[in-house]
Amino acid sequence: MRARPWWKTVVGVILTAIMLFPVYWMINVSLTPARNMRKNPPNLIPIDATLAGYRRVLEQQMPFLGTSLVIGIGTVLLTLVLAAPAAYSLAKLRPRGGSALSFVLLIAQMIPAIIMAMGFYAIYLNLGLLNSVPGLILADSTIAVPFGVLIFTAFMSGIPEELIQAAKIDGASVWRTFISIVLPVSRNSIVTVSLFAFLWSWSDFIFATTLDGGGDFQPITLGIYRYIGNNNQEWNAIMATAVVASIPAAVLLVVAQRYVAAGVTAGAVKD
Amino acid sequence: MTAQLSVPARRIRRRGTWTAWAFIAPVVIYLLVFYAYPLARNVELSVRAYTVRSFIDGTAPFVGFANYRAVFANPTFGPALLNTGLFVGVSILFQFTIGLALAVFFVRHFPLSGTLRALFLVPWLLPLLVSGSAWSWMLNSDSGIVNSFLEAAGIGQINWLTSPQWSLIAVLIANIWIGIPFNLVILYSGLEGIPLDVYEAASIDGANGWQKFLRITLPLLRPVSAITVLLGLVYTLKVFDLIWIMTRGGPADSSTTFAIWAYRLGFGSLLPDFSPAAAVGNLLILVALIFGLIYIRTQSRLDPA
Repeated sequence: MRARPWWKTVVGVILTAIMLFPVYWMINVSLTPARNMRKNPPNLIPIDATLAGYRRVLEQQMPFLGTSLVIGIGTVLLTLVLAAPAAYSLAKLRPRGGSALSFVLLIAQMIPAIIMAMGFYAIYLNLGLLNSVPGLILADSTIAVPFGVLIFTAFMSGIPEELIQAAKIDGASVWRTFISIVLPVSRNSIVTVSLFAFLWSWSDFIFATTLDGGGDFQPITLGIYRYIGNNNQEWNAIMATAVVASIPAAVLLVVAQRYVAAGVTAGAVKD
Repeated sequence: MTAQLSVPARRIRRRGTWTAWAFIAPVVIYLLVFYAYPLARNVELSVRAYTVRSFIDGTAPFVGFANYRAVFANPTFGPALLNTGLFVGVSILFQFTIGLALAVFFVRHFPLSGTLRALFLVPWLLPLLVSGSAWSWMLNSDSGIVNSFLEAAGIGQINWLTSPQWSLIAVLIANIWIGIPFNLVILYSGLEGIPLDVYEAASIDGANGWQKFLRITLPLLRPVSAITVLLGLVYTLKVFDLIWIMTRGGPADSSTTFAIWAYRLGFGSLLPDFSPAAAVGNLLILVALIFGLIYIRTQSRLDPA
């Protein structure tokens, strides 16, 4: 083998720095005092950094962050409860018509959310679900449920048949097998699906703005959106909110990097 | 296996089918209520003349394809079609090329390569609204960092978000940035699947790096490339948040795509036009489904199991 290519590390660091520049800039602007905001050229590093933007976040954005957290957790639970049993059935019990269902799920993933939003709006208006947290959880889950079933199915197909047979011989019912054998073994895919379900509902803007535009409890994406609409000048507060809204993504990447990459590829290459 | 099933075994299997469907039933009901019904409602909206009043008093006359005809005749239709095509085409071209170059760069491990590759995922994980606002400020005419670089380079100011000839390019730049990680991750996993000894054999035969890329990497990566591009098409057609936050489709429709147009008709004003909005939405679904079906076909041919 050749010597370890250190030059590639140098190039790699430079490329990563270019790629992440917008993220760095977001953080830099979030720390910039208002008087320097229009400075030309802008300070490339936060020289006299201020936490004023973050103070504004604490004062004004906490209810939005809380709502997003509740909606995110609700979406994860709903997605898991619906997707995991269905996937177990598709992967291991293999009923007739199962492959048709997989096909429908694959198609469902491709429907643009803006169109779903219009249909939901018409229905929610009649049901009185507009501007409500449960309504938003239901709508957000439509992004994650098809993905969840497909990921779980791909994973559970790999569970050895002997394991399930052994449980059956011991007298366990199908449900019992699912709860005490299949679910614990599927921990990795549960983590992957939960992460993505949470992240998607946390990031959702389309459903929030169409179905929750006038609600008392609004998610953080609407918090940022209103900020931009209302006070065009306070970009440090806007960017500070953006930084705080990015925390789940950052945590995800640090804690569960391999699950993230696995989720991206599994959604695309496997079915 | 099936040939060995005796009669009682088949009966057990039938009871097994009931259990199997019991596990699936919640998702099926869910799909009917939260996918099929909203979509059907959308089709219904598009063939009737709905207004906000209609939702309350329930009157909306059936108008057939009149909404679709109105959409085709609308002066926004041409620009929206062109912008959607450009947005999707140019995004994918750049995302794919840059993603592939990076995947080739990262596939031979070097110190820190794993960490750096993980960091590349960040743009894809950020909420679109966050990326959209960050780019809005970076591309701001007077105080944006991009223009201050351009001025330092002697190019001068560009009104990225407020001039009709630049707004589509501005949202394209941001969208390409967001899409690179997705292309990188999938193409990287495709590259990992190409066996190393093929490259070694080529080296022995005296092939240089570029020849190896053209004769080995590209052909062997074709199936994965097809999937990446098709999924990219489906995802890019959906893009709404980013354009809305950066330009709202403006100025004067110059960055309006079908997704933006549908939203603006349905929710953009105090007097929503649900019926034409639904018509635009259904056209968008149609295009997405065509690419989606090609994707599924490619996928199943690739891996027949």
